[in-house]
Amino acid sequence: MKSLKTLVIAAALSLGAVGAGHAQAPATPAEAPVATAPANPAPAAADAATTAAAPAGDATYVPMKPTPGVGQPVDAGIDFQPQVSPVGEQAYWFNHVILLPVITIITLLVLGLLLWVVFRYRAKANPVPSKTTHNTFIEIIWTAIPVLILAVIAVPSIRLLAQQYEPPSKEALTIKVTGYQWYWGYAYPDQGIGEYVSKILPKDKAEAAGEPYHLAVDNRMVVPVGRQVKLIITGADVIHSFAVPAFWTKMDAVPGRANETTFTANKVGVYYGQCSELCGVDHGYMPIAVEVLPVDKWEAWVRSKGGNPAGVEAAPAAAAPAPAADAPAAAPAAAPAATTTEAAPAAAPAAAPATKN
Amino acid sequence: MTDIAATAPAHGHDHAHDHDHDTPGFFVRWFMSTNHKDIGTLYLIFAIVAGIVGGVISGMMRWELAEPGIQHLVGWAQFFDGAAGEVQAKHFWNVMITAHGLIMVFFMVMPAMIGGFGNWFVPLMIGAPDMAFPRMNNVSFWLTFVAFFMLVGSMFVPGGSGLGAGTGWTVYAPLSTSGSPGPAVDMAIFSLHLAGAASILGAINFITTIFNMRAPGMTLHKMPLFVWSVLVTAFLLLLALPVLAAAITMLLTDRNFGTTFYDAAGGGDPVLYQHLFWFFGHPEVYIMILPGFGIVSQIISTFSRKPVFGYLGMAYAMVAIGVVGFIVWAHHMFTVGMSVNLKMYFTAATMVIAVPTGIKIFSWIATMWGGSMSFKTPMVWSLGFIFMFTVGGVTGVVLANGGVDTNLHDTYYVVAHFHYVLSLGAVFSLFAGFYYWFPKMSGRMYSEFLGQLHFWIFFIGVNVLFFPQHFLGQQGMPRRYPDYAEAYAFWHLISSYGYVIMGVGVLIFFANILYSLVAGKRAADNPWGEGATTLEWTLSSPPPFHQFNELPRIA
Repeated sequence: MKSLKTLVIAAALSLGAVGAGHAQAPATPAEAPVATAPANPAPAAADAATTAAAPAGDATYVPMKPTPGVGQPVDAGIDFQPQVSPVGEQAYWFNHVILLPVITIITLLVLGLLLWVVFRYRAKANPVPSKTTHNTFIEIIWTAIPVLILAVIAVPSIRLLAQQYEPPSKEALTIKVTGYQWYWGYAYPDQGIGEYVSKILPKDKAEAAGEPYHLAVDNRMVVPVGRQVKLIITGADVIHSFAVPAFWTKMDAVPGRANETTFTANKVGVYYGQCSELCGVDHGYMPIAVEVLPVDKWEAWVRSKGGNPAGVEAAPAAAAPAPAADAPAAAPAAAPAATTTEAAPAAAPAAAPATKN
Repeated sequence: MTDIAATAPAHGHDHAHDHDHDTPGFFVRWFMSTNHKDIGTLYLIFAIVAGIVGGVISGMMRWELAEPGIQHLVGWAQFFDGAAGEVQAKHFWNVMITAHGLIMVFFMVMPAMIGGFGNWFVPLMIGAPDMAFPRMNNVSFWLTFVAFFMLVGSMFVPGGSGLGAGTGWTVYAPLSTSGSPGPAVDMAIFSLHLAGAASILGAINFITTIFNMRAPGMTLHKMPLFVWSVLVTAFLLLLALPVLAAAITMLLTDRNFGTTFYDAAGGGDPVLYQHLFWFFGHPEVYIMILPGFGIVSQIISTFSRKPVFGYLGMAYAMVAIGVVGFIVWAHHMFTVGMSVNLKMYFTAATMVIAVPTGIKIFSWIATMWGGSMSFKTPMVWSLGFIFMFTVGGVTGVVLANGGVDTNLHDTYYVVAHFHYVLSLGAVFSLFAGFYYWFPKMSGRMYSEFLGQLHFWIFFIGVNVLFFPQHFLGQQGMPRRYPDYAEAYAFWHLISSYGYVIMGVGVLIFFANILYSLVAGKRAADNPWGEGATTLEWTLSSPPPFHQFNELPRIA
């Protein structure tokens, strides 16, 4: 019994310490009440922590204006959208340094050969056709060289796949994405933000907000810069597909499955995407907008949504002492988050990523 | 072979070129046909009509996409359903993409390639009097015919948010099950059943014919490459279509009888449908292009006055493409949430297909190398085919990489890719074949000037139409959208201009057909000279109603 109590106190202490670490200076006074949490009625302690931390970031969240040419298509553009995630940069490099030159050279080689035979072996220039129908050596050459080229392509290709499927780190921010006919639902289970709905912004409102119509939404997905984001994606009715070209991210939202994918956005900004699987009448009208914010501003956004930015750290802390019967009371803020996290995979017969890389 | 026509009563419809038998009357000849050439002609006419329907639909789509916003859809939807509003209009968009895809695949390319040219020239090239099962041949055609009307008819019955099936040609569950109430999707599924059954019967017919009815001395390794291509295609049809039939039958029972094959709530899985569909769907794309390979091989050889270079390599490259084509299907599903190992496998397997395809491209060039080339219309179409198919092929190598496909999947890049291999690949080979064999089929020469003009205008048109779609895709423009962000407007407009140019080319094609049928010069038995060595050129133009009553002997 004694050891159990020690465990609970230790857990509460670590919770307090982590909370302080995130809340920075103004949170210091709050340290004491948090530390005494097991002794007092827990909700009070949590409330104290929240109120104490509130002034830390910007008090209000104002949707960011998109940067022209970033995170969205540009007029008459021909290239990929600028990539802001490590996987995107890797994939872009693979396409532009390896694939594009290789396919261009092959295409020009075929074109060149065609033009040459058309010129050199036209009936006027070569009235008597040769009778050659075999040349084993050259047939081996034009079988073997493509094999070698493909082998060279395959190495970075497989490496890119492995990178895309690296298991998310423990610090990753989990967002549950649900595709509906015809809008998106986002939930941040670890922050205690219940699902909110993200719909296309009507033309007049989009223009008033200085955003591109067809891409702008009323409620964006908001993530902190530089932190890995783990998306758990599912569909509520039919198959949709969650796509953000600037992150090189696309994953189908399949009813009955919880697909997982990750991205890390390394640049602050607004990034647009669109549903990428035919889902009915308004398939073309359920865009995706992801706003990448500095950490403090993201925390302000979380609070504006009624969530707790530190919750993600609280959850494992609460999970540790879970075997103790009275332990969950230590962190009530984390409790709903913990249940949501468990509920999400429960609905999922098959989580996507394999672990071997 | 059973000779139905010989017992038909003789009357005034006899043709001058019938040496041995009287041809049956109009109705019996064209509606109860057992003659492979007549059935081939029916298939070609059918494919042209279906191509016009599918082409008009794509023209409407390019018209709507010429600028952002919904301009014409509401009016078009009201043409079908007077009460149509914006929802029905957007539904009508999905109906158009569905109809365009299904019509072009099942009722234009396949009937033209296999039903049309396959029926006409496989028996002629192997020295056979007819197909092995002439009545089954007739059944195949009329099933296809009914299937087409079934599909067109589905556009006039309720399909959920409006009239018609708006599921895309892939008919993915659950959009096609719980997402589309009303009889339209059922009708579309029945249409696929019928078209599939027709193709399976056709495949059995071709396999039997090619294996059993070759003239004495015509060994498998002496068959013209077009016959090889149809043989491989027939096997692909035979193995792939039953899987489609199973998949869409389960769709039907999910829709109507409460099964849950594709419904996770009942223990099924929507992704199962995709696996089954693409197990059919990937071989299907080779079904559409392999006969084109065969046609182009014949033409390149004829107009270079040289036998095909590396004949065995060419034949077995097609076999290899057919075999590998069955084990790459999931590259159509890279974003569905597969394990990384599966993605790595499908990436690698898909890239392997580039090897036999490369062998074919280089062998065509080597066939011309050292040849004595003349550039008649069929030849320029074939040259265009080789280059355009290469462009479509290399973007296929890009898409084969699962990691890259993450971004490009379901964007216009994919649309550009498969139109380069189909609209500029398969369709170029169809035009090549049409010009090549038109004198043989009709007994008249086409207009060389109109043929060349058709090629150049069509060539420019389709490139202006489809090349910018690579840019749209890289910029992130998703497929199957009736409307798009302002930034995509420029390339969409260019693309729509391309359609207009292409349309002019098609009009020239029709003008050429009409001109040639009415006023074309009489065609000689072999208008192409010594390069044309296959058996069909030993016959009159057009061939007699029944040919090879005495089997030719191949040295």
